[in-house]
Amino acid sequence: MTKLFLTLALAGFYCVAAPAAESNSVLIRNATIHPVTGPEVQNSSVLIIDGRIAEIGPKLVSRGAIRTVDARGLHLYPGLINAATNVGLVEIQAMRDTVDLDEVGLFNPELRAATVFNPSSEHVEVTRAAGITSVISLPGSGSRRASPAGGILITGQGALMHLDGWTWEEMAVKPGAVMDLLFPEVEPAPRQGSVAPRPGSPTPRPYKEEERQYQARLRELSEFFEQARRYQKAMVAGGADFRRDLRLEAMIPVLEGQQPLAMRAERERSIRDAVAFADKEKVKIIIADPREIGGTGPLLKERHIPVILGRAFQLPMRDDDPYDASYMLAAQFYRAGVKICFGTFDVQFARNVGFEAAQAAAFGLPREEALKALTINSAEILGVGDRLGSIEKGKFGDLILTDGDPLEARTNIRQMFIAGREVSLESRHTREYEKWTKRP
Amino acid sequence: MTRLCLIVLLLAATGWRAAAEALLIRNATVLTVTKGTIQDGSVLVENGKITAVGQNLSAPAGAVVVDAGGKFLMPGLIDCHSHTAIEGGVNEGTVSDSSMVNIEDVLDPMDINIYRALAGGLTVSNVLHGSANAIGGQTVVIKLRWGKTAQEMLLAGAKPGIKFALGENPKRQGYTPPAVLPLGRPAERRFPGTRMGVEDVIRQSFVEAKNYQADWQVYRQRVARGEHPVAPRKDLRLEPLVEVLEGKRYVHAHCYRSDEILMLIRVADEMGFKIRTLQHALEAYKVAREIAEHGASVSTFSDWWSYKIEAFDATPYNVAILTRKGVLVSVNSDSDELQRHLNLEAAKSMRYGGLSEAEALALVTINPAKQLGIDDKVGSIEVGKSADLALFEGHPLSNYSKALRVWIDGHEYFDRDKDLETRPDFERKKRALEDKDNGAQQRLPTRR
Repeated sequence: MTKLFLTLALAGFYCVAAPAAESNSVLIRNATIHPVTGPEVQNSSVLIIDGRIAEIGPKLVSRGAIRTVDARGLHLYPGLINAATNVGLVEIQAMRDTVDLDEVGLFNPELRAATVFNPSSEHVEVTRAAGITSVISLPGSGSRRASPAGGILITGQGALMHLDGWTWEEMAVKPGAVMDLLFPEVEPAPRQGSVAPRPGSPTPRPYKEEERQYQARLRELSEFFEQARRYQKAMVAGGADFRRDLRLEAMIPVLEGQQPLAMRAERERSIRDAVAFADKEKVKIIIADPREIGGTGPLLKERHIPVILGRAFQLPMRDDDPYDASYMLAAQFYRAGVKICFGTFDVQFARNVGFEAAQAAAFGLPREEALKALTINSAEILGVGDRLGSIEKGKFGDLILTDGDPLEARTNIRQMFIAGREVSLESRHTREYEKWTKRP
Repeated sequence: MTRLCLIVLLLAATGWRAAAEALLIRNATVLTVTKGTIQDGSVLVENGKITAVGQNLSAPAGAVVVDAGGKFLMPGLIDCHSHTAIEGGVNEGTVSDSSMVNIEDVLDPMDINIYRALAGGLTVSNVLHGSANAIGGQTVVIKLRWGKTAQEMLLAGAKPGIKFALGENPKRQGYTPPAVLPLGRPAERRFPGTRMGVEDVIRQSFVEAKNYQADWQVYRQRVARGEHPVAPRKDLRLEPLVEVLEGKRYVHAHCYRSDEILMLIRVADEMGFKIRTLQHALEAYKVAREIAEHGASVSTFSDWWSYKIEAFDATPYNVAILTRKGVLVSVNSDSDELQRHLNLEAAKSMRYGGLSEAEALALVTINPAKQLGIDDKVGSIEVGKSADLALFEGHPLSNYSKALRVWIDGHEYFDRDKDLETRPDFERKKRALEDKDNGAQQRLPTRR
């Protein structure tokens, strides 16, 4: 009994400790467990030892000094994964000095988002308060006109980051998870953030000009891959005159199929061309932020090419598209047999990825698939299915305790564990709340 | 031309309106907003008005009956900050006080975003200018009567408003940092370039408005005395400001920081007018007391933050703090996209600060109605109010829910089933039009 009190007191203490209580072993008891990869289990427990899930079962007891969290009446889910964000690389969108996206130049595969991920960014705490335990941070904004030099194709390597840790190194789960590639686009869709396009935003060019530019970009892309292949051969050959080139060296994991290319392709045509490009180059790709499926479903299914969906909360691309075109998109890919996960491709709304998935569920995606698309699918698509994305033995103790479905805004995220460490759900936002509520 | 044809087609395809005299929606969970929730409830509509709300209502002869078993009926959503249906730009950016311009003159009833918003349950929008100028222009409240003319969309009896703007946006043209300078436009500097200048523009304009008002008062007094004075010169810029001073026009003020909110309150006190709504007001939670004392209300975002420095002290708990401190709050969209799911924006206030379901629903219905002075007409399901209703598949505060049918004044403006039914035919017609447009040319691959 004394021990129980002690553990409860400890639990209380750990709740307010920030940024992370350093113990990474914990026993969570009496929760309704949603493993995602298996059926929901009532009144069960999960034991995490040294950051990893050690045991799952109804009658687990704490070992030694491992503290116990009583989760009676609460639900235990794997932490959500936002598979595309700019968290850690952007603090205030409109202030360029706080933005580290869209480096100058067409090809920057050697750039690494992981090493500039600001562990003290306010967005880390704000994002995880919504139940998100890890994110992909991409080095590009997705804007095809971001560079005044006339475009970017490869923005660099996106990193899979835990939203807890003292340094970026501690936070990095997979630093080079994806290579961020903006596939060329004819007539890029207007970027539909929440704000209407401002006067002075580029006017559309004539089709012929767009087409010419598109073909030129495709050629440049092919040439760059060709160059990288030659470099790869030269490196293997190891001649005396071989000189190290960071840019080309960074392409080798891509060429070897180790690192997937996150190909941002919006329209049917660019998706088809991206797939054809992958076929030709024999590289592994993920289609990122598509705006329509068109007839590409079978193509993607056949090749097991997954998709990172962007925001469901977007306007349809064209005036005459169905009003719910963006809402339906996830279900369309799912029904075509394509593996999907969700991202927001931004920083401000990174925390809302769960609501994006729920919206997709309201428009045809089965609810359990929406949850999978935020957990196990993302993990598998990003090549960390053995470590993240479900409540299974051996995986990271990335868990959230909630009072309901984490995809519902009405639900509260009560506690969070990242690699077994309980992390605070406080943020700049809750601190302002507490401070100003007290103003007389 | 193609675009126009397509829009006309879309209007024809989607602009159905059952013109029933009487409509009974029954077996719904009725979320009245002001009078609680009625399980297995019914709402009777006659001649566009709600005439009965309760259980077991019977349909008058000839009434259209909608069986809404298992579904949720709520008042149509109201957006207190919209730029939808504005033709061309939203800012007359050449002067710091452009109070002479009026949204009513540039309403575009064929903006497809009207229909898209309807499809999310929205029925009323407060349509405002942008925030480039300290004093922006005259605003109107519309009902989303898709398929009708601009004039027919105006909400009759709604008090007109005027847009003010504080902070970064109105001062931007005073320093024009090259990074935000639109392509090809010369770097003009226009007063104001600071928050102090913004305050000054507003004070100066009101001093002029008061002089103008006094001139007319003198003129009218002299006329009343039987004299024949020369009338003061009519000033279309100052007239709306005089209306503000006389309480005939609402002030909707775009603002972010607490200092500028307080500044505007003090200017209003000095000049003798009331601020009706503080728009965005992401730091309103810091001056909740002063806002409540002035009698202003706040229309804010559910969770926007960090997009610019004046939005960095934002917290999604803003809504909860203000509500608890007695300020009337609504959650708005400011976006063609976000206006399509205001119910979900309201739901966030339950997570951020623990508002009740009723309080959350009020943020997008009765509260904005009160802010716009139209709560006697819309904003809740009550006898005597307009039958602006939205039927949701599940509870509208659930993220898994969606709008199925929407009525304005008892007329149906959106029906998801009908929308789905018309899609194949619409696609066919669209292709036919495109083929015609492309003529003998091969269809451009990117167009489809």
